[in-house]
Amino acid sequence: MINIEKHWYDVVVIGAGGAGLRAAIEARLAGKKVAIISKSLFGKAHTVMAEGGAAAAMGNVNPNDNWMVHFRDTMRGGKFLNNYRMAELHAKEAPERIWELETYGALFDRTKDGKISQRNFGGHEYPRLAHVGDRTGLELIRTLQQKIVSLQQEDKAQHGAYDARLRVFAECTITELLLDETGGQKRIAGAFGYHRESGEFVLFEAPAVVLATGGVGRSYKVTSNSWEYTGDGHALALRAGAKLINMEFLQFHPTGMVWPPSVRGILVTESVRGDGGILKNSEGKRFMFEYVPDVFRKQYAETPEEADRWYTDPDNNRRPPELLPRDEVARAINSEVKAGRGTKAGGVYLDIASRRPAAEILKKLPSMYHQFKELADVDITAQPMEVGPTCHYVMGGVEVDPDTASAGVLGLYAAGEVSGGMHGSNRLGGNSLSDLLVFGKRAGEYAASYTDTLAKRPKVNDKQVAVAVEEALTPLARDGGENPYTLQSDLQDVMGDLVGIIRRKGELQESLSRLSELRERIRKVGATGGRRYNPGWHLALDLRNMLVVSECTAKAALEREESRGGHTREDFPKMDSKWRQVNLVCALTPTGEVDLTHQPIPTMTPDLLALFDKSELAKYMTDKELS
Amino acid sequence: MTVRQFKVWRGDAAGGQLNDYKVEVNEGEVVLDVIHRLQATQEPDLACRWNCKAGKCGSCSMEINGMPRLGCMTRMSTFEEDETITVTPLRTFPVIRDLVTDVSFNYQKAQEMPAFAPPADVAPGEYRMQQIDVERSQEFRKCIECFLCQNTCHVVRDHDENKPAFSGPRLFIRAAELDMHPLDARHDRKEIAQQSQGLGYCNITKCCTEVCPEHIKITDNAIIPMKERVVDRRYDPLVVFGRKILRRDQLAATAPAGPTVHAGPVTVADGQAPVDFGRELTPPQPAEVNPSGHVNLNEMLSDRAAAASPFGDDITFPVNPNSLNYYHPER
Ligand SMILES: Cc1cc2nc3c(=O)[nH]c(=O)nc-3n(C[C@H](O)[C@H](O)[C@H](O)COP(=O)(O)OP(=O)(O)OC[C@H]3O[C@@H](n4cnc5c(N)ncnc54)[C@H](O)[C@@H]3O)c2cc1C
Ligand code: SF4
Ligand code: SF4
Ligand code: FES
Repeated sequence: MINIEKHWYDVVVIGAGGAGLRAAIEARLAGKKVAIISKSLFGKAHTVMAEGGAAAAMGNVNPNDNWMVHFRDTMRGGKFLNNYRMAELHAKEAPERIWELETYGALFDRTKDGKISQRNFGGHEYPRLAHVGDRTGLELIRTLQQKIVSLQQEDKAQHGAYDARLRVFAECTITELLLDETGGQKRIAGAFGYHRESGEFVLFEAPAVVLATGGVGRSYKVTSNSWEYTGDGHALALRAGAKLINMEFLQFHPTGMVWPPSVRGILVTESVRGDGGILKNSEGKRFMFEYVPDVFRKQYAETPEEADRWYTDPDNNRRPPELLPRDEVARAINSEVKAGRGTKAGGVYLDIASRRPAAEILKKLPSMYHQFKELADVDITAQPMEVGPTCHYVMGGVEVDPDTASAGVLGLYAAGEVSGGMHGSNRLGGNSLSDLLVFGKRAGEYAASYTDTLAKRPKVNDKQVAVAVEEALTPLARDGGENPYTLQSDLQDVMGDLVGIIRRKGELQESLSRLSELRERIRKVGATGGRRYNPGWHLALDLRNMLVVSECTAKAALEREESRGGHTREDFPKMDSKWRQVNLVCALTPTGEVDLTHQPIPTMTPDLLALFDKSELAKYMTDKELS
Repeated sequence: MTVRQFKVWRGDAAGGQLNDYKVEVNEGEVVLDVIHRLQATQEPDLACRWNCKAGKCGSCSMEINGMPRLGCMTRMSTFEEDETITVTPLRTFPVIRDLVTDVSFNYQKAQEMPAFAPPADVAPGEYRMQQIDVERSQEFRKCIECFLCQNTCHVVRDHDENKPAFSGPRLFIRAAELDMHPLDARHDRKEIAQQSQGLGYCNITKCCTEVCPEHIKITDNAIIPMKERVVDRRYDPLVVFGRKILRRDQLAATAPAGPTVHAGPVTVADGQAPVDFGRELTPPQPAEVNPSGHVNLNEMLSDRAAAASPFGDDITFPVNPNSLNYYHPER
């Protein structure tokens, strides 16, 4: 008989990144019994990798900043496809969430008058990113981790055990959400998974689940994302009956290292550009001036001289074009490389060495200096870096209610990168870390209060559990199944080559047929070895999630016949106001196929619309909407 | 591309061995790349932790040619062309499988350490600190929790018996960080470090500093200042007086007596002392219970009279003094 470890919680949070930890803290503060589940060790989630900072309009550096300006920047960055209400809540609540971190023990860099320092970042009008050197994500996750420990200490004092009310299940992967469908309504009843260490199965019975599983980048070969990013949360939500929106929008970070191989995919933070770094092609030309789109013409410098003055006198000069939003920079680099002006490894040069004294670079970018020096023997104070577009972030995700983070299935909530809508077609740098905090808190809060409304706890259906067990064990039982690593690599090739940064109709069509071949092959994946800490088996189980999420991306990318933010179609290079009114929504049919539909996007309220210039709105909206 | 010789430890808690592998290595790769190639081409179930492959998460700790390192930060070009590279799991922690060890010790120690205490009268958003004051703590907050320092420290490496009393360098820098935090409301961090974290065991060998991939000056900037000031406080009559008027709950909350007499376990050569007081304590054994969960008090059911001995039922008297670690104070 199969042994299944059982646990009983009020709220189960899947994911121990910024969003998951913040949600867990909130649910615990609401008095609930909470489990935090994570595929890796506690404190190692992807959030540790964020470098640049967390955007919040605190106005510490430039007092002109406020939530309205932040809201405007976010909407512009997302090309007005954002869920306006999420963007509004985010801009309004981010400062509180950051200040709160200080009460948990965070130590941000300071301004002269002792407040939290804020730095410039692409797409933000004022210096807005709270940061700690270039390891802001680490600070964020460590702070939340330590806050959790402090709550556990309170629980120990009160109830006698650290994990009386808040327990971390590290190295535990959830493979299925369990639903109670009695009475004709789907409600979350729990989650099923396995301990990576032992391979033993585990069942969490809980009326509320918060998804905070991060992104999908592992479907691409050149990516900044780790093995965890296999789109588990996206796929779990789909299978539970929730919907994904905006899956065509993937952010390719413009400046990931392309050479040497030991650092391929590692990002060079935007602050290198914010602090004076410039982009040059193999001919040594600073090319960004040629790629300023009309919508941004007014805010960006036209000459290198003006751009260089901006660093010291931002009020009287326009900003350098290197600080354009990410997609513009990525596209510019891509064009240069395609035109034959790239480096051998297919990138361009990012040069800060020749523009700032070594000591200043060391002070401003210490961990980056140290990382490249040690990993690749590249000295960023002495030589330019070789950079190019890298798959980095998925804007699309689970469709949620803006205020409650509810995912449309009773008891299911989503926050962080796994949720969609907040960033529209493109995320501004730094908006993710604040997004995690703002919506992580909301998800925890509303998940907790949902459990209060229940007269009766939903019941786990034993049949579903049996199916989940069976599903998890088949790759191990299959003799001569296909190697999961080969399958993953083939999937990455399809996505990288055919659904990459610049997309075409023919290629997208081809990708769909290649993906359906892969779907068949993945059904026959096999894993050798036993159940104890077996990465081959783990990957075999992740593959089906990666596949379904890739299918959503490819389908939506084929459908959207325009270019906007993180979606660039070579055959439809312009932004089209008609497409701005549409979200592409993916759901699963009963047989497990991806079903794509159009859905109108919510109309912004008049008071928020009034924050924009009419002439600016004209670039995004149809005449009918404007009148 | 070249083909290189690797020895990788494979096995689990029950035991294991070094296996030989020939693996392709490309220019510019790191050890973790090679481990991944091994997984993809030869050993799909080779267990190894990693996340960021960028030296930021501290997951890929392993011992490479005996040195505690991050796999993703060890460039292949640092080895000779014909050198065999030996990769083994961290030695201080119990092996789970292959290169993966059970590092829960570190999380447990972190749990036992009193958390940041926010100042009572400062509202969120009103925290004011100078950069120069936060920088000292920020150095320690760079820690990526790779636990290489913990793995290296001789106090616990091969000395499981010291683990209960010793938190290790990772937690000493956490103590120092809080001690130097401009707004932390607790002022007994050093005492806690001394009394319940086992700071006294550290004899400043600096091995931890040497292996720290974040180049945190663990000994110079955290341990030594903490030790010095503990000494200051102990012998400064004013401070001693000041401490007396603190309420008990203002002092260390969890303060079991630390090793105040000897720094570390003392083992006396056989025959030199009547007892061996460095010996590990026999854990108290639970009494035998019957199926209903109760102790058999009835002589008819139990194999001996009265309740079971709290010292364990397998002890015969008189006890051989050499097996005790009790030292009579008057002898
Ligand atoms: C290199 C890099 C730099 C970045 N820099 C910035 C920046 O400067 N500013 C900014 O705002 N954003 C930045 N981002 C983006 C930001 O870091 C991420 O979007 C954000 O951290 C995502 O957080 P999260 O809480 O949603 O998920 P994560 O932190 O990724 O956590 C996901 C969690 O879910 C768990 N999980 C996943 N699947 C399962 C499963 N099936 N079962 C159980 N657990 C599961 C994982 O183990 C993990 O704990 C950066 C991202 C990268 C990669
Ligand atoms: S200096 Fe102290 S803590 Fe560091 S390794 Fe040596 S004994 Fe251990
Ligand atoms: S102090 Fe250094 S060696 Fe120790 S856990 Fe932190 S980063 Fe690793
Ligand atoms: S994989 Fe993150 S430190 Fe090596």
